[in-house]
Amino acid sequence: MTVAQPHAGWVGRSIRRVEDPTLIAGSGRFTADLPATYRVRFVRSERAAGRISKIHVPDGATVITATDLANVKPIRPMLHKFDYVPVGQPVLAVDQVRFVGEPIAAVVAASDAEAEDIAEAIEVEIEDQPAAVDARAALAADAPRVHSEVAGNIIVKGAVETPGFADARARADRIVRLELRSRRQNAMPLEPRGGHAAFDPGSGRVTLTCSTQMPHLTRTAIADLLGMPETDLRVVAPDVGGGFGQKMSLAGEYVLLVWLARKLRSSVAWHEDRRENLIAAFHSRDQFIEIEGAFDRTGKLLALAADVIANVGAYSCFPTTCAVEPLMAMAELPGPYDVRAYRCTARGVVTNTCPMAPYRGVSRPVITFALERLMDRAALEFGIEPSEIRRRNLIETFPYKSATGLIFDEASYRQTLEMAVAAIDLPAFRARQQKARACGKYLGIGFSAFSERTGYGTPAFAARGMEIIPGFETVDISMDPSGLIEARIGASPHGQGLRTTLAQIIADEIGVAPDRIRVTHGDTDRTPYGFGTFASRSAVIAGGASLLAAQKVRIKLIKIASLLLEAAPDDIVLEAGAAKVAGTDRSIAIEALARAAYHQVHRFKGEIEPGVAASATYDPAGTFANACHVTIVDVDPETGQVRIENFIAAEDAGRLINPMIVDGQIHGGIAQGIGNALLEEIVYDQTGNILTSTLADYLPPTAHEIPPIELHHLETVSDASITRAKGVGEGGAIGAPAAVINAINDAIAPFGAEINEIPATPQRIRAAIQAASQRAEQRA
Amino acid sequence: MSDKREITLIINGRSYAVRVEPRRTLVDAIREECGQTGTHIGCEHGVCGACTVLLEGAPVRSCLMFAVQAAAKEIRTVEGLGSPENLNPLQRAFMEHHALQCGFCTPGFLMLVTGVLEREPDISDDELIDVLASNLCRCTGYQNIIKAVRAVAHDMRQARSTASA
Repeated sequence: MTVAQPHAGWVGRSIRRVEDPTLIAGSGRFTADLPATYRVRFVRSERAAGRISKIHVPDGATVITATDLANVKPIRPMLHKFDYVPVGQPVLAVDQVRFVGEPIAAVVAASDAEAEDIAEAIEVEIEDQPAAVDARAALAADAPRVHSEVAGNIIVKGAVETPGFADARARADRIVRLELRSRRQNAMPLEPRGGHAAFDPGSGRVTLTCSTQMPHLTRTAIADLLGMPETDLRVVAPDVGGGFGQKMSLAGEYVLLVWLARKLRSSVAWHEDRRENLIAAFHSRDQFIEIEGAFDRTGKLLALAADVIANVGAYSCFPTTCAVEPLMAMAELPGPYDVRAYRCTARGVVTNTCPMAPYRGVSRPVITFALERLMDRAALEFGIEPSEIRRRNLIETFPYKSATGLIFDEASYRQTLEMAVAAIDLPAFRARQQKARACGKYLGIGFSAFSERTGYGTPAFAARGMEIIPGFETVDISMDPSGLIEARIGASPHGQGLRTTLAQIIADEIGVAPDRIRVTHGDTDRTPYGFGTFASRSAVIAGGASLLAAQKVRIKLIKIASLLLEAAPDDIVLEAGAAKVAGTDRSIAIEALARAAYHQVHRFKGEIEPGVAASATYDPAGTFANACHVTIVDVDPETGQVRIENFIAAEDAGRLINPMIVDGQIHGGIAQGIGNALLEEIVYDQTGNILTSTLADYLPPTAHEIPPIELHHLETVSDASITRAKGVGEGGAIGAPAAVINAINDAIAPFGAEINEIPATPQRIRAAIQAASQRAEQRA
Repeated sequence: MSDKREITLIINGRSYAVRVEPRRTLVDAIREECGQTGTHIGCEHGVCGACTVLLEGAPVRSCLMFAVQAAAKEIRTVEGLGSPENLNPLQRAFMEHHALQCGFCTPGFLMLVTGVLEREPDISDDELIDVLASNLCRCTGYQNIIKAVRAVAHDMRQARSTASA
């Protein structure tokens, strides 16, 4: 392993974010800040499954229903593999409703209040049909069908078995099996979704401003569905109040806004309220996993098998399709462990619930939870420390080709484990735990080692069989005649501080301070086509494209300086805002080079093109960041209450471009992971009615529930990323649930109790302890 | 529903004569009638605190109040703290400690903390956590918000003890 060396430039420094001053002063510009002539309110289904028999609309009201949208295509993303069955989601329900919250009609009025009054007065008659809610129940032969074309409610099915799997499993000394359940969650950005579409009578174009992570794909999707040229639609992502994946899937509501703006030749806005967000803005992580590990007598994992059932809800999200959870589970379940024999089946099951879409980490928080529970259970059965069984199984040589064919680049799985073990002082904790138990206090420790696949380009997405293959990013850099540098990017940050991070990368190449660089994003009229910000990709891919484009600008500036300073290009260095002839006092300011590039081109005698502009695209194969989390919890067996004492993450995301920003990403991910592990759950009743429609029901964590988080970094240099940075956006959320649940299980082990469900609420922990005591009594 | 009332909202020392329905929430009036969009709407259920403003010096959820209830009272919003070019010490601490990412919850946190530190300058570090648990942030994991606020509270206490010494 090579570790990054200290770097004498802007990269590696925790400079303060250029994004901050306007946001802190309340001068940010979010979608809901724009005035609109009309406001839209959606009438949504109150039934999980049924046929719409009549919609009663008050006289004089402007109400749009499916009959008005005959020329609008349904959202129908496609996957060409894994027996995927395409299903269409109409923008407004056509005859049939399939989940509580599905839009049926859209009211247009002059104000939100007026639109809400009209919406209240609309009566929708629905003939109830039986609903499929739970994914396992939906697989039963007599279960209601959600879509007639989806047999058995299985919309996608993947299976993998490595050659020789059965032989490897047969050689095992011990088979360890677990059944795990991850309940449904909502990414819950603090700003709900929202859109504002404005028609320009002069050009005939529409500008859609919306809270999205992917402006270009939003433009593509809406133009396709409405049958209009893409160029006639401009999509703007202004300041976006968090996304976490929920805003990387197309909102059907935005399609309607653009349609309305064209029809009304005016501006229309819709701002999702929190209830709509919780019931209808995409859910995630609703999975059952059965996992089995076959170990030899030393605790080495010989074979791994799993069955994954993902409840994907009523429709399929654009662009990833609803296959993203089950297929990612199948591809990445072996995680950071060296296991050659692997068998997995993964099914996506449609139900009468809100559609599933990516949420920070996608399936990996769930599969890491499953695999790390398996490791802890195995450690218990072998009578060794959880850290020891991981030590015996983590990948240590690179590049490593996984059982599913993924190439793991240089990383530090073992080293981060050892860092975590040392930081937590494991022997001291075990001694304290023994003493505490003697006093009726139940402490537990939980580890979670994992890999985070990041920064993958088109090859990885193509392997999934997607119709629309995201992956590359383009960055256009130009210098204006005054010498200010602008980088226009296709990525679309929404809180990650990417404008600061990319400016640091570019600054080092061009030899100027980051405050001389403006990074422009989130406007399809101004930025090159790109795929947006998701999947921990932007620092790697937009960062790589920024580096490549900046290198071209650097070469151009050196060429101009060489001519103006009458020196060889090799002798010119760009630093501190000037081009200098090395070893002399001759220099020229960058601003003067810019001026010459536009206004004194005659001096170039045709040898240099006018202007300073360069474009570059980066489309990498992908890389793996990694980390080991460890946490200590205190469980009250009487109440099931869990208090997290501390949380340590030893992580390796390659080179840290801005360590302050990286730490912030990890803090935020871990906090979401803790919320997912202990508190957050979307609950449906048996009829498909949703019971969690306020944040007071959904329970995102507050400052009370999140303990101090201690971070340790390693910076492994990998050739898989040209900036040497690996992605870091999702890791915190991927690892934390497993660490917390392992710690709870360690704490309640003296009761013979075990919990394999997230969130591990006090009720569930109590129930696990009670069940264990009953088992003990029956044995006695 | 459309009987509008004429009221005056006093926001950051400036008077706004507005006509609102009695059911108009304070946050809607601040944002739409008065054009002060720094105060954000996160849930409209009084849970997330993104809409927190100061009313007569006390932090309130402006989504849970009607605008008419705030008539002629002193309202303070994030726009009154400091401009991007001239941030106040609390705002600077948020920047220094990286206490924001997407920035959507930030105005609510700033107003919450401003109100509490003005009334209880000697608040303990632990009590500050209780206060900060009033509002939700989905990005930061609260680590850096806590650091920023503790640093400002500490600086304020030190400044007062220096002044009184």
